[in-house]
Amino acid sequence: MNAAAAEIKRAVADAHRREWAFVLAATARVAGDIELAEECVQDAYLRALDTWARDGVPGNPGAWLTTTARRLALDAHRRDRTLRSKLPLLVEPDAAPDAEDVEADVVPDDRLRLVFTCCHPALAREAQVALTLRLVCGVSTGDIAQAFLVSEPTMAARVTRAKKKISAARIAYRVPEAHELPDRLDAVLTVVHLLYTTGHTAPTGRDLVRVDLVERALDLARMLHSLMPDEREVRGLLALLLLADARRATRIAPDGRLLLLAEQDRSRWDRAAIDEGVGLVFDALRGGRPGRFALQAAIAALHAEAPSYAETDWRQVVGLYDELLRVWPSPVVALNRTAAVAMVDGPAAALVEVEALERDGRLAGYRYLTATKADLLRRLGRNKEAIAAYRAALELADNATERAFLAGRITELSAG
Amino acid sequence: MAQYLILIYESETGWQDAPPEAWQQAMEAHNRFAQQVGELGGSLLGGNALQPTTTATTIRDDIVTDGPFVETKEALGGYYLIEAKDLDQALAIAKLCPAPYGGVEVRPVMTFDE
Repeated sequence: MNAAAAEIKRAVADAHRREWAFVLAATARVAGDIELAEECVQDAYLRALDTWARDGVPGNPGAWLTTTARRLALDAHRRDRTLRSKLPLLVEPDAAPDAEDVEADVVPDDRLRLVFTCCHPALAREAQVALTLRLVCGVSTGDIAQAFLVSEPTMAARVTRAKKKISAARIAYRVPEAHELPDRLDAVLTVVHLLYTTGHTAPTGRDLVRVDLVERALDLARMLHSLMPDEREVRGLLALLLLADARRATRIAPDGRLLLLAEQDRSRWDRAAIDEGVGLVFDALRGGRPGRFALQAAIAALHAEAPSYAETDWRQVVGLYDELLRVWPSPVVALNRTAAVAMVDGPAAALVEVEALERDGRLAGYRYLTATKADLLRRLGRNKEAIAAYRAALELADNATERAFLAGRITELSAG
Repeated sequence: MAQYLILIYESETGWQDAPPEAWQQAMEAHNRFAQQVGELGGSLLGGNALQPTTTATTIRDDIVTDGPFVETKEALGGYYLIEAKDLDQALAIAKLCPAPYGGVEVRPVMTFDE
């Protein structure tokens, strides 16, 4: 391939990454059908390879792709009237545009409609995640399947089922009204956060594809923040992801060993990401009761800014966890809180809370509950019980790095 | 506008053991619901309460047997057919549908070419 062709290919790939959501969202409105819109957008990207090679990369690649995809959708309708879906995508409140609108210079930004449609609560969480990756991020079904460790046909069926439900149940292609927004937005943020955590701590297997999930989650959080700059929870989510990701390079030792927060080399944390995250946290906390993402981001900010693990403001961390439990009474939050309690009131006090969570039963089989208990027992010098707990945690862990960490602890304690 | 069926699934034993006041309250709640559908911008096309599953008869491959297909804790006890502009409106309506001993399921009605 010559240099010019390589450059065109790069320009198209770049436009795919940056403009896919915009192009698809705008095309869906004209196509009146998500499936048709997807085909037209894919076709537009293919055509870009030839046309741009011949005529040069247009000044505004996104606009070129949108116009091309929308024309293709319109042509498809003209060619075959019956192609017009029996169950058209419901674009409200404004009616689907006609041919003249397609040629118009200003294309409405429909990305929020697309995101809220993909994350509609009538769709199962795993379908929301898959649809968001496919339709908003433009990730291929094969890559999504790989990232979530299911076969490609399984993932394809999941995506198809979800798209069918959108049209058959008439899930409207719109941004929720103000009174619905908090709940609906929470679903969107949950999906993005889930993408991030799946990439951040790969549940099983190698982590090659997972870095991509982390990047996609960050891209999505940035996109949402640019589209909804006043939503404090969106700010909170972006801050949380930036602050967590600032530590990415220091989570694994050169020998592949998992490094805990206490052991990480803080000088290698990404300062630019931390500064950006901390700035967003301040805004997210201001003006009314903060939500769960803002509070998690605030906790992450305290860690990010502490000179060392010991010198972290643990009292404030516990206080933020208390606040977080009030807005989000989840046993996982209660478990994370115990780590901070151990630093303020000692491991014995934390163990009491961990054992209460064990009795509660909702976290049965959750590997971090057992691992936390093991760690507290170890710090209390109750080695025999600690080894038993580490063994139980090892049974539950699939990730190779995590398994090595737990096995290492068992060896240490058995020797000592 | 599209049609949706709101299927009311409830514990039958819940209703068996219910005091007369509960029945009274349910009647009032359903009357109120019929009003609220219109207030939310939808319309009520029909609906019925069903006799309990002990009265059900199943036919499969022409063989008539007593009882429903599957024994479940919650059984179909009634339904409403409504019209709404989209799923969100249908769900807003369905949220108001009384089902003290269970819940409701919302299903879009399939449309065929005329």
